[in-house]
Amino acid sequence: MNSRVFVPADSTARSLGADDVAQAVAELGQDVELVRNGSRGLYWLEPLLEIETAQGRIGFGPVNDTQIADLFKDGVPDASHPDCLGLVEELPYLKDQQRLTAARVGIIDPLSIEDYCAQGGFRGLATARELKPADIVQIVTESGLRGRGGAAFPTGIKWQTVLDAEADTDSALPDYRGQKYIICNADEGDSGTFVDRMIMESDPFVLIEGMVIAGLAVGAGLGYIYCRAEYPQAFNTLQTAINIAGDAGYLGDFQLEVRKAAGAYICGEETSMLESLEGKRGLVRYKPPLPAISGFFGQPTVINNVISLASVPIILDQGASHYRDFGVGRSTGTLTVQLAGNCARPGLVEIPFGISLREVLEDYGGGTRSGRPIKAVQAGGPLGPYIPPEKFDTALDYEAFKEIDAMVGHGGIVVFDDSADLGHMARFAMEFCTVESCGKCTPCRIGSVRGLEVIDKIRGGEDADNNRILLKDLCQTMMEGSLCAMGGMTPLPVLSIMQHWPEEL
Amino acid sequence: MENYYRVGAEQDLGTPASPGTELVTVTIDGQAIDVAVGTSVMRAAALAGTQIPKLCATEDLAAFGSCRLCLVEIEGRPGYPASCTTEVVADMVVHTQSERLQQLRHNVMELYISDHPLDCAPCPANGNCELQDMADLVGLEQVRYGFDGSNHSELPTDTSAPYFQFDPSKCIVCSRCVRACEEQQGTFALTIDGRGFDSLIVASQADDFIDSECVSCGACVKACPTATLLEKTVIEQGQPDSATITTCAYCGVGCSFRVESRGDQVLRMVPDRNGHANHGHACVKGRFAFGYATHPDRITTPMIRDSIADAWREVSWDDAIAFAATRLKSIQQQYGRKSIGGITSSRCSNEEVYLVQKFVRAAMGNNNVDTCARVCHSPTGYGLKTTLGESAGTQAFDSVMHSDVIMVIGSNPTEAHPVFGSQMKRRLRQGAGLIVVDPRAIDLVQSPHVHADHHLQLKPGTNVAVVNALAHTIISEGLEQQDFIAERCEPEAYQVWRTFISEERNSPEALESETGVPAEELRAAARLYASAPNAAIYYGLGVTEHSQGSTMVMGIANLAMLTGNLGREGVGVNPMRGQNNVQGSCDMGSFPHELPGYRHLSLEEPRQMFEQEWQITIDPDPGYRIPNMFDAAVDGDFKGCYIQGEDIAQSDPDTQHVQAALSAMECIIVQDLFLNETAKYAHVFLPGCSFLEKDGTFTNAERRVSRVRKVMEPLCGMGEWEVTAALSEAMGYKMHYAHPSEIADEIARLTPTFKGLSYDKLDQLGSIQWPCNDEHPEGTTTMHVDEFVRGKGFFAPTPYVATDERSNSRYPLLLTTGRILSQYNVGAQTRRTHNQEFHREDLVEIHPSDAETRGIKHGSWVGIKSRAGETVLRADVTERVQAGVLYTTFHHPESGANVVTTDNSDWATNCPEYKVTAVQAYPVSEPSDWQAMFKRFDRQQQDLLKAGRGQAELPE
Repeated sequence: MNSRVFVPADSTARSLGADDVAQAVAELGQDVELVRNGSRGLYWLEPLLEIETAQGRIGFGPVNDTQIADLFKDGVPDASHPDCLGLVEELPYLKDQQRLTAARVGIIDPLSIEDYCAQGGFRGLATARELKPADIVQIVTESGLRGRGGAAFPTGIKWQTVLDAEADTDSALPDYRGQKYIICNADEGDSGTFVDRMIMESDPFVLIEGMVIAGLAVGAGLGYIYCRAEYPQAFNTLQTAINIAGDAGYLGDFQLEVRKAAGAYICGEETSMLESLEGKRGLVRYKPPLPAISGFFGQPTVINNVISLASVPIILDQGASHYRDFGVGRSTGTLTVQLAGNCARPGLVEIPFGISLREVLEDYGGGTRSGRPIKAVQAGGPLGPYIPPEKFDTALDYEAFKEIDAMVGHGGIVVFDDSADLGHMARFAMEFCTVESCGKCTPCRIGSVRGLEVIDKIRGGEDADNNRILLKDLCQTMMEGSLCAMGGMTPLPVLSIMQHWPEEL
Repeated sequence: MENYYRVGAEQDLGTPASPGTELVTVTIDGQAIDVAVGTSVMRAAALAGTQIPKLCATEDLAAFGSCRLCLVEIEGRPGYPASCTTEVVADMVVHTQSERLQQLRHNVMELYISDHPLDCAPCPANGNCELQDMADLVGLEQVRYGFDGSNHSELPTDTSAPYFQFDPSKCIVCSRCVRACEEQQGTFALTIDGRGFDSLIVASQADDFIDSECVSCGACVKACPTATLLEKTVIEQGQPDSATITTCAYCGVGCSFRVESRGDQVLRMVPDRNGHANHGHACVKGRFAFGYATHPDRITTPMIRDSIADAWREVSWDDAIAFAATRLKSIQQQYGRKSIGGITSSRCSNEEVYLVQKFVRAAMGNNNVDTCARVCHSPTGYGLKTTLGESAGTQAFDSVMHSDVIMVIGSNPTEAHPVFGSQMKRRLRQGAGLIVVDPRAIDLVQSPHVHADHHLQLKPGTNVAVVNALAHTIISEGLEQQDFIAERCEPEAYQVWRTFISEERNSPEALESETGVPAEELRAAARLYASAPNAAIYYGLGVTEHSQGSTMVMGIANLAMLTGNLGREGVGVNPMRGQNNVQGSCDMGSFPHELPGYRHLSLEEPRQMFEQEWQITIDPDPGYRIPNMFDAAVDGDFKGCYIQGEDIAQSDPDTQHVQAALSAMECIIVQDLFLNETAKYAHVFLPGCSFLEKDGTFTNAERRVSRVRKVMEPLCGMGEWEVTAALSEAMGYKMHYAHPSEIADEIARLTPTFKGLSYDKLDQLGSIQWPCNDEHPEGTTTMHVDEFVRGKGFFAPTPYVATDERSNSRYPLLLTTGRILSQYNVGAQTRRTHNQEFHREDLVEIHPSDAETRGIKHGSWVGIKSRAGETVLRADVTERVQAGVLYTTFHHPESGANVVTTDNSDWATNCPEYKVTAVQAYPVSEPSDWQAMFKRFDRQQQDLLKAGRGQAELPE
């Protein structure tokens, strides 16, 4: 019997040589069946080669193509091989995680609908099809699921708003009359984040299933996935998966399309994304009206992040309480933490809310890659504040993070060691805003440029005290005066550095 | 009465009025105010008298929320919401002033000014700049960032557009210009290039304005809160210090303008936000092309001469009037009472037109009065009167905002009625369906965010066949509104018509080869029109200027009655009037068979009323129409004519026939601004006044009467109405008026539809749509609401009769004519402005296949020959026209477009068939014989003008 050998086709694994490894495996000429799975998210082990055994899948990694012939020289290696990592599922990094949303990631062939179904796929959809829209919304509400894109708004309440909203039947564009929409924001652009991509590349059907359920819940017939332009593989995988799911009848009447994003960070902001999807410049809209009331072409629109939508099938399948029982307080379920930066063991860590930041950084992340002490982490993307080590015991929980003026955001955590120049990182925050600002509102458009200049003056010793006062005043103006979170939150990393590391600026 | 209607700065409430009707109470800075649901906090505050600082907001555009100066505090809400984008809710409590708000606004303004030239003093917007005002308001004194940071001060100024410049170094990127171009004008010429701090306003693909898609409507210039986009007149001459509201003298839209001036000097014209026809929008003509009023070509001294071979002699008004009166009287003595007449102008005011027809009827003692509407919309008068009972469009322009389907027939609104064209596009962008019936692919067929659902690209001359096929489809597919027809229309006439229209010869299939319109496309268009809740028809000269012009107008009215599309908002039959006062000149009785208010001379009662008021006897027999005048002149029966403000030698068809008629007359009196083509055949030249020099009223295409207000004294010293009155007195009939308002009062006394009109009421209401009477004291927005003016609607049979002008082996192509945005009619005004830069010569459009078979290249000379004459134009090889069709304009006299057009005309009204002439086209290397003759004659007449000018004493 052929042995099944798994070599990830995830783009991170590929960037580390997984395709060459797969090629080498294919050329073995032995009785192996090569499966291109997604990545488990243990990126420091990629390319991670897995072999199916009676006990489970055993792992070897990181491997490169030149090692393959040697590895297989005595036939398909087993757990006794000296390089074997053992059962992958038993690796502490993975074993201790609570994979609900990313349950199948790295396990299955992403485009095998049989694999997907065999692993519990489409059961949530089957449940949803038996329910009334309001009941689906009720279950999602009861699960306590909150938006994983960063704002953490309760998903069920958003859906309820769209369900209750009347679609305009007199819309300007005949094609859009009476329509509601489900839009998946897959323009993942925060620094250190990659879980959306992993879902799209490694388990696309779960996102599709979540969107179809959302459509049933709110009465939307059309969905779009706004997929980051820099994710070509995710784009292609989704497109293929949609076709497969459609051919298999899982979409029903729901129409789903993938759209390539415009390649701008600001287009991940939901109103800017709507403009972009409508074919316009990615300019931020003012709110209200909320997209749930007046979104895509003015119609009621659910906009959810990939992880929010991908969490829905298991909630429908296992029930609201099953999901809600993970986590703490108002942060229910699991958080898909993404460890990155100067980290010894970067990767995907899906854990219930409530575990401390320190556990994640030390037990999972293993400290810094450089071996030097951690000086700071930035959580929540480029607009997230920098967190000093004395706050590392804070629980990963939206409210607890808020209390320390930090953000969970999309769950990305970027680690810096003690050699990092945080003054430079403060400058970078403003610089990032100058590059990525849509340019609509004044505090962001001009403020970021002046912020950069003032920081340069401070760092250059030019009237530093007055310029520090000016910088704080500017930050306050940007936070209180900006149209959207881009300008409104750019000051957060700057102010956190001024607060915790004043000497660095 | 006050001559000047001086007004202060235009108030800007920041965001558009809410369409909501329900009122909610909000408290702003402690003051409670009731406002409509949907009103912004900013507007509510402005209505309460509180000015919240703003830069990106203006009442003309949807709220945008970018400048962040208008932040306020709202109790129970976090942060500082922008007042422009936040709608009021009941019991909302708003604070517009606090220390924190003051600090925030100060800091935002500080950011603006950190990227703005510092010195206001040399800036042409100094004293009239919103940025400057806001900087003062927030108390900005210094910029802590200094001025050594990144900025846009080195960006070069674009001066390429003729009327305004673009100085990006002063731009604050508020997007008002971009939004105005999109929301108001609908051209989408402007955009923002780049993002963040690199955001720049650009025209098209970062082109110079003149090379871009920009149509110089000026909306962006009005919208700009800084000196970035500014009129060159203001840059060169400084800021105005007063403003007068008046009405544009170009097309039939009748836009309301603020004439901004200093002393007698007009500095700019800015569209009036309160204008009922234009709502603060304008086009390149009305907005900018007013320089002709002070052009050196203006003739401001009366002139006379014995024959057209003589030099002109400048004389006093008294001498000129005496000369003219003596000549006219002696002609009448010699050739009879009916040997003279007058022509009124659709360019002149109602009062002036009324006076000319009164002069003809009272002083000349005949009915030889006609108007230039003869050559444009006379079939509208006939057709709509016959079917509906009133010679006017049925709707207000704003009605289009309620239309679900719009059918445009033989009209090119974006070129000829640009401000209404923009409004129509706005409705189309909101999703209304569009059917275009036109031989050419006009702009509406395909332009940014607008496209026609059906373009029925018919062959010129087959309008009636198309409208019959549309009606046939509606009947044969059972789409007619039976209830409406039964209730509102004459049943016998309907049955007769129904039998006729149901005949197979009127089916789209039977007519397909004749019209060139695929039957299925036509049927689809008929279904779209008939099935819409509200469908409206807009038509222009492409309907009227045909041998079956009147038939087609009736066909259109039939179509609207058939589908119940009359008598409410969003529907109707809407003639697009070419000139500013076509409607008014027709209303004022300037037809040889009708007294003011379209009352036939043969009707005793109105005739007696006028006879009593005027103290004369009115001849009950109709007089000459314009073409009859020409024919009679050639025959020697018509010898003298008073022509006010119309250039018949250029605008009327079959130029050579017109020239022969003019040459045969003994006394031609031309009253005009310039020595126009007709004046070259004249014996008396009486200087006219531009609209800036007169008081009066114009009536636009929607029956809207608006005031024209004098902003400078007549350059020639006499108002046109005064000249007509003086001429009348010299002829022996004295008129007693002290001011045009008294003429208006006389019109109101004698004309039922104008009974309630007065200058006082116009000053109060701004404008009034007639009928204005006891029943409708503030005018009538929509006509025929409960019943038609004639009682029951009349379905007139409309058998299609092909025009004699058909292509044949000798003249295988069909020439049709039209307009272009930048030029107006005969071009007498626009050619004397910078609008010349947009359109220096008339071109002939020719399809590539027709050009290729004839060896005609793009930009080369083309000879065009018809049975009437021959001219030469430059070729524009384009697929806008279909194969077999040529298209040109007649804005330049030397083009001789009307040398080619024929004497064919509408069977009912003699409206010339400008729209169809069978021609041949061929490559040539030199102008036609006519053009050479024209050039010689023009030079001779210019010399005779020069020779005579400055010889006489100037009047006081």
